[in-house]
Amino acid sequence: MRQSILSKNGSPLIVCEHVSCTYGNAPVVNDVYLKINRGEFVGIVGPSGSGKTTLLKAIIGSQPVAHGSITIEPHLTIGYVPQVETVDWYFPVTVEEVVVMTRAKTKWWPRITLQERTEVREVLEKLGIADVANRHIRELSGGQQQRVFLARAMFCQPDILVLDEPTSGVDVRTRHEILHLLADLHQDGLTILLTTHDLNGLAAHLPRVICFKKTVIADGSPRDVLTPQVLEATYGAPMEVLEHGGMPLVVDHGRMTMRGEGK
Amino acid sequence: MILALDIFEPYGFQFFRNGLIVATIAGALCGLLGVFVILRGMSYIGHGLSHAVFGGAAASAVMKINYFLGAGIWGVVSGLLIARVARRRVIGADAAIGVVTTASFALGLALMNRYGQASKSIEAVLFGSVLGVKVADIYAVTLVAILGLAVVVLGYRKLLFSTFDRDVAQVSNVRVSLVEAVLLAMISLTILVTMRVIGTLLISALLVIPAASARMTTNSFSRLLWVSPIIGAVTCFVGMNLSYHLDTSASATIILLDALVFVSVYGFAGVRNRTKMASLGHL
Repeated sequence: MRQSILSKNGSPLIVCEHVSCTYGNAPVVNDVYLKINRGEFVGIVGPSGSGKTTLLKAIIGSQPVAHGSITIEPHLTIGYVPQVETVDWYFPVTVEEVVVMTRAKTKWWPRITLQERTEVREVLEKLGIADVANRHIRELSGGQQQRVFLARAMFCQPDILVLDEPTSGVDVRTRHEILHLLADLHQDGLTILLTTHDLNGLAAHLPRVICFKKTVIADGSPRDVLTPQVLEATYGAPMEVLEHGGMPLVVDHGRMTMRGEGK
Repeated sequence: MILALDIFEPYGFQFFRNGLIVATIAGALCGLLGVFVILRGMSYIGHGLSHAVFGGAAASAVMKINYFLGAGIWGVVSGLLIARVARRRVIGADAAIGVVTTASFALGLALMNRYGQASKSIEAVLFGSVLGVKVADIYAVTLVAILGLAVVVLGYRKLLFSTFDRDVAQVSNVRVSLVEAVLLAMISLTILVTMRVIGTLLISALLVIPAASARMTTNSFSRLLWVSPIIGAVTCFVGMNLSYHLDTSASATIILLDALVFVSVYGFAGVRNRTKMASLGHL
């Protein structure tokens, strides 16, 4: 199993060519060329409103593409994890019910079957939240909430995991947990594509980073991509890049000078 | 003895028995679909659709077409029209409903003014009338109830998924638009077969209040799907009986009873939550 995944590593799963998306008449995503290969771990970074969520939705097929084309490998199963802020946490469902949802297309029987229950336990156990299976989703901590939706995406045994801002609105510890969890899943052979606005906490730890503002500004390893020039082009504000523990550390330049002036 | 006689007195009338059966089944049906109405934030759609169906009812009366056929086609078309227009984000779903359904309602009123026999029939359509219920209504409401039950049971997973998380459901190959169209068509049909008893103006309450009351009693989706129809059916049954004895309108009595249930559950849930909070405070 492992061998078969590894042997196919490197083959393109998703190819975006000249992709543009519009909101009303305004272009939100403009002329994007992007290739995601099997086995990669890719982060798209950019300021809010840069169109990264729109691009993600175009890739998963819930946002129409105005121009260009997105080619997805046939029979590719995508596991999508939405932003936790978009979830209706008051909705009357338990963790177990959320996880089983992805099987809505293939199964009609309303009740969760015994076999499904076992499968749900397996996935939840893998993500370390087996004990909350029967809880209502509102009774969970931030980290658990994120894991529930990760579990739902994992439940359909995806080839690629697509996450929208997996660390937004969580505390530092949870962010670490999520990062480690994703790294483990990647290690197991899963391809991962995510968006984030967290440069130091998340993007700098990934093997491949794409700086995005309506289009691809730069694409490569964090060391190559997280440079003052690229960041200014992406965020529209000067930023300084230091080095810390062999990794780039981005410092908001504006704040630096203010602090400097205070001395 | 006198009391017992009193209670069963209305059952001697054919029209009351027919009305009672239709109202009780309609209450269960509205309670069932109401779960989706409240969870999807569609209360206003229910409100609007009943007004749209009114237009269809008036038009079919004027053109002397069968009520179920005329108003039915009208209702389903307006349902699909709303779903279509609501997808245009620039306009917004609420405005779309406002345009489609109030125009239909106004057309219905104008038609009835111009060609209708008297204001009496308008009142019957607006507020419902037990007297107008025929055996055909019983068949119609039973048929729609069976259909509604089938849709909810067979489509349970798809309905739940697309209600909870539309985008991801779509990505998981659930045909979300189809699910929504079926749901809207079902709500249209429900309004169609319920309207003669409950009336246009109060029917949306029957789609909202039992489900909202049930929602406060449980956090489980599947339990919601049977608690809500029970509340709907019981309030309709009791409300119909009460209305006879109190000599009040059936629809008003039913809705007031539903509101009473809501307020009681609301108060009880509030007390329970406060007790829960207080006990947590001691930790």
